[in-house]
Amino acid sequence: MSEFLQHLINMLVLGGTYALLGIGLTLIFGIMNVVNFTHGVLYTFGAYIMFIVVQQLGLNFFLALPVAVLAGWLLGAAIELTLLRPLRGSDIDTTMLVMIGAWIAMQSGTLWIWGGVAKSVATPFPEAPLVLGPVSVSWLRLFVLAAAAMLILVTYLLINKTSLGRAMRATFQDHDTASLMGVNVDMIYTSTFAIGSSLAAAAGALLGPVYVIFPQMGDLAAVKAFAIVILGGLGNITGAVIGGFILALAEELGAGYVSSGYRDAMGFVIIIAVLIFRPTGLFARAERVG
Amino acid sequence: MTRALGLVPAIALATALFGGTAGAQTIKIGINEPLTGAFAASGTYVVNGAKIAADEINAKGGVLGKKIELVIEDNKSNPTEAAAVAEKLITSDKVPVLMGAWGSSLTLAVMPKLMEYETPMVVETSSSGKITTTGNPFIFRISPPSAVEAAAFKNIVDKLALKKVDFLVINNDWGRGTAEDFSKMMKDKGITIGLVETMDQGAQDMSAQLSKIKSSDSETVIVTTAVDQLTLIFKQAAALGLKKRIITTGGSQNPDQIIAQAGAAANGTMHLTTFLPWFPDKTPNPEATNYFIAEWKKRGFEFAGCTESFRGYDGIRTVAAAIEKAGKAEPAAIKAALWNINIKGLNGDIVFRKSGPEGKESGQSQPNVYLIEINDGKIEMKTL
Repeated sequence: MSEFLQHLINMLVLGGTYALLGIGLTLIFGIMNVVNFTHGVLYTFGAYIMFIVVQQLGLNFFLALPVAVLAGWLLGAAIELTLLRPLRGSDIDTTMLVMIGAWIAMQSGTLWIWGGVAKSVATPFPEAPLVLGPVSVSWLRLFVLAAAAMLILVTYLLINKTSLGRAMRATFQDHDTASLMGVNVDMIYTSTFAIGSSLAAAAGALLGPVYVIFPQMGDLAAVKAFAIVILGGLGNITGAVIGGFILALAEELGAGYVSSGYRDAMGFVIIIAVLIFRPTGLFARAERVG
Repeated sequence: MTRALGLVPAIALATALFGGTAGAQTIKIGINEPLTGAFAASGTYVVNGAKIAADEINAKGGVLGKKIELVIEDNKSNPTEAAAVAEKLITSDKVPVLMGAWGSSLTLAVMPKLMEYETPMVVETSSSGKITTTGNPFIFRISPPSAVEAAAFKNIVDKLALKKVDFLVINNDWGRGTAEDFSKMMKDKGITIGLVETMDQGAQDMSAQLSKIKSSDSETVIVTTAVDQLTLIFKQAAALGLKKRIITTGGSQNPDQIIAQAGAAANGTMHLTTFLPWFPDKTPNPEATNYFIAEWKKRGFEFAGCTESFRGYDGIRTVAAAIEKAGKAEPAAIKAALWNINIKGLNGDIVFRKSGPEGKESGQSQPNVYLIEINDGKIEMKTL
């Protein structure tokens, strides 16, 4: 029983970060319809910003987080302005190829700047974990969970309760009508991509100190983010959050009770099942077909 | 003008073509190591150790009157890449001998290429038994197979009073091979084997496996993986409140790095290593060990890397000794000469003995294995 409780606690802390990865991508992949292969690199980028600010500049850990979010936002905006804007209206294959190119170039860039050897970031949290009866959890992971929850909430409110969010939803539903209604469509494209990117960078900045930081760290994260988005239904923020927790639960219980060798396969078994039985995702709204 | 410009590519082409003969002024040695991916830290250490050996040899006049040149390629911690890199080094760089490929799965992937091109390779780190038992006569290994590690460890299991042991190993030839060889030895000693948990080489979150191990009734966990994953395991085990004795194998732990990154969580852990940079006087070759450590520090590398980089150093010295003995830098001659070398490595004499099926034996040297314990952030040697 205590083992099961520990798996549940692990699932909560892991799920929070998966959800954060998922909502960033669901904005871009789900709402903007851009197959964003740079999501993983932006995650890596956020982690390296953390490394620069904390380890190389010696500044405060908590200050580094907003810096990473801002840097992710700027890099995301730059990608949208230089690569995606000239391609607007071209088919999905072209955009996808350009994004694959950007992914490879950016990953090689991180390798070139920081080298292939993993880096770690010191945190201000105590080494001794928080012990609650039979289960224990590190303070750093709790902080990461809280920060992820806050970012998810902010994103949810931004999309659903603000005029920017309304303009975003309108733009991606019908770009021409939104434009006629006075929405600055170009600005909406750039800011949506930038927000999604800053969420990826935030996830990297939060998880970099938990794990280690290296140029390929984003690859597995990106694959999981795509899985979460498909699980939750494209463009569905609530779905992405729940999808993140489901993936974490599948991995924890799969590794704990089935086989740890197949831990990373568990999530994808679920994806295959979802695609067979509910191809629009677990939480997709009913849509008019045709 | 246009005509003159047209000459440029022709000159470039000619230079490239004759570059081959110009390159013959040096003797090339191919290095196939993971410089990116899961084993980047370890592979980089090995390459830096190899460079120390090459510089030392070249400062003394090189081999056969020529300087040696290391052609270093990154296998990305990926078996497919390791095989491709071997092919590139042999066919395009024309190296007569290789050193590599760090991980067992990486080395195993390279092995068919060695057969295909009849080129020998000195294996400096890999520990899977399969490497020297499958009948590849181009393999010469200076690192201990996991069965040798297990045999060395056998002498101390009574003293440690092991009763029930769980395993957490990297899910590849190295980890699974270690779990197999250690389980066999321990069963003979009457020790119960509990869980055998695995983790992907790129996995960063081992909490699920550790939670499972935490609630088992064993008192000891044997962990096999490289340093980056190990530090994560120590941190995550501490966060879960796992209070079992942890013993690591494989010699890629870099204990100083574990102390630096895992802090108090490292206390009480034991590690099977293949080098003793902390106690140079207790090594088989103190003079060379002191020289190597001094040179390593002079180059500004972290001391923690010594436990791995010495393999690159020994590997290149092994290769250079074989080329010298062969009298020419050709694969067949080097392969034959490797059987006849006897050099003083930092971890014992490097002499190859036959291993594997008759007629196509691989070479296996018999290095020492040590057990160390971390106490109060300090490294202590245990007698095996």
